[in-house]
Amino acid sequence: MSTETHTEAHHGGPKVYTANLFALLFLTIITVAAASFNFGSANVVIALAIASVKAILVGLFFMHLLWDKPVNAIILVAAFLFLGIFLMFDFIDVGSRVVFAPRNTAPMDNATPVPDSMNPLKAAPPRPLDPAPATEEHKAAEEHK
Amino acid sequence: MSTTTTDVHAHGGHDEHGEHNPYHQHHFATMEQQFDTSKIGMWLFLATEILLFGGLFVGFGLMQHKYPREFIEAHEHLKQMVFGSPFPLYGAINTVVLLVSSWTMVMGVNAAQTNQQKKTVRFLVMTILLACVFLAIKYVEYEHKFHDGLLPAKYYAHQSEDLIKGTHGYATFFAFYFMMTGLHGIHVLVGIGLLGWLVMRARRGAFSSAYYTPVDLVGLYWHIVDMIWIYLFPLYYLIS
Repeated sequence: MSTETHTEAHHGGPKVYTANLFALLFLTIITVAAASFNFGSANVVIALAIASVKAILVGLFFMHLLWDKPVNAIILVAAFLFLGIFLMFDFIDVGSRVVFAPRNTAPMDNATPVPDSMNPLKAAPPRPLDPAPATEEHKAAEEHK
Repeated sequence: MSTTTTDVHAHGGHDEHGEHNPYHQHHFATMEQQFDTSKIGMWLFLATEILLFGGLFVGFGLMQHKYPREFIEAHEHLKQMVFGSPFPLYGAINTVVLLVSSWTMVMGVNAAQTNQQKKTVRFLVMTILLACVFLAIKYVEYEHKFHDGLLPAKYYAHQSEDLIKGTHGYATFFAFYFMMTGLHGIHVLVGIGLLGWLVMRARRGAFSSAYYTPVDLVGLYWHIVDMIWIYLFPLYYLIS
């Protein structure tokens, strides 16, 4: 581009950006295709690796980090670094936990049903607001005290 | 113009006639320093954005660890039948839409940097339109979820077997789904507002190679929104 000499601060250009777009679209196809195969627990790792490559491409070319002053890239990398520390320690935590269940109770599982009071399908219709007169049950309860 | 120093001329192309750049604020020695300062401020904001979404990603990861089966089954609800097999159609289309909008954005920044003011407006308007397409698809997607009762936490009311078994896991999945895609959608909305403001200014010819800071910074914001979606898409729509 003839105007390129005008702006020395950036070295990207429509050609670079368009090539980057096609690379990103290609990686999107790859990640969708990869998800249809079962690599076991590696699936998440593969998906995140491809996503990270895409994020790096966006950062380097669309966000001009490749040609920018390094301080901006340092800020971005630092944010990801601290996020990584956060993620790592959380997974060390959950990964190293041992579930202690008392012998005399049923083991806790994730399939515990929601109590009916929180279940919109089973929730009782709202009660009318009239105060119920003292019934036999109430009287019996009073006497019991 | 006592504030105009000879340093101003060090930054090429912004000051051909030796005049004071009207955008040059007096507390900055040069336009370049002013530009770099704004940019560092924007990057610091983007770092907080990464940490904001990062916390939610970590929460999502922990809950996926807790409810692995339910999360995999629940994410099937994000897929549509395409040629007889489940495919994350809306998610995939939105990924493409957002990637293309990132391209139109960077082309707009490039046009502003190279004094092509009409082109700047055109690319910014295209970015807004793509953002609207993204939100429209998001609306259709949410509409289906609402209709099926695939709602967060205690509002989860999907009419099927899985209401009885493992409701906690499903409800948690959709709590994270709506929280994260919703927060992302709010960012897209804010982006549309910022882009609209840029279009108004660009139409008045406010941006040139001498001054394009707002276009550049909104561009950075737009790309971080795209970058967050790049991680959201595989984690929500493709986990298996």
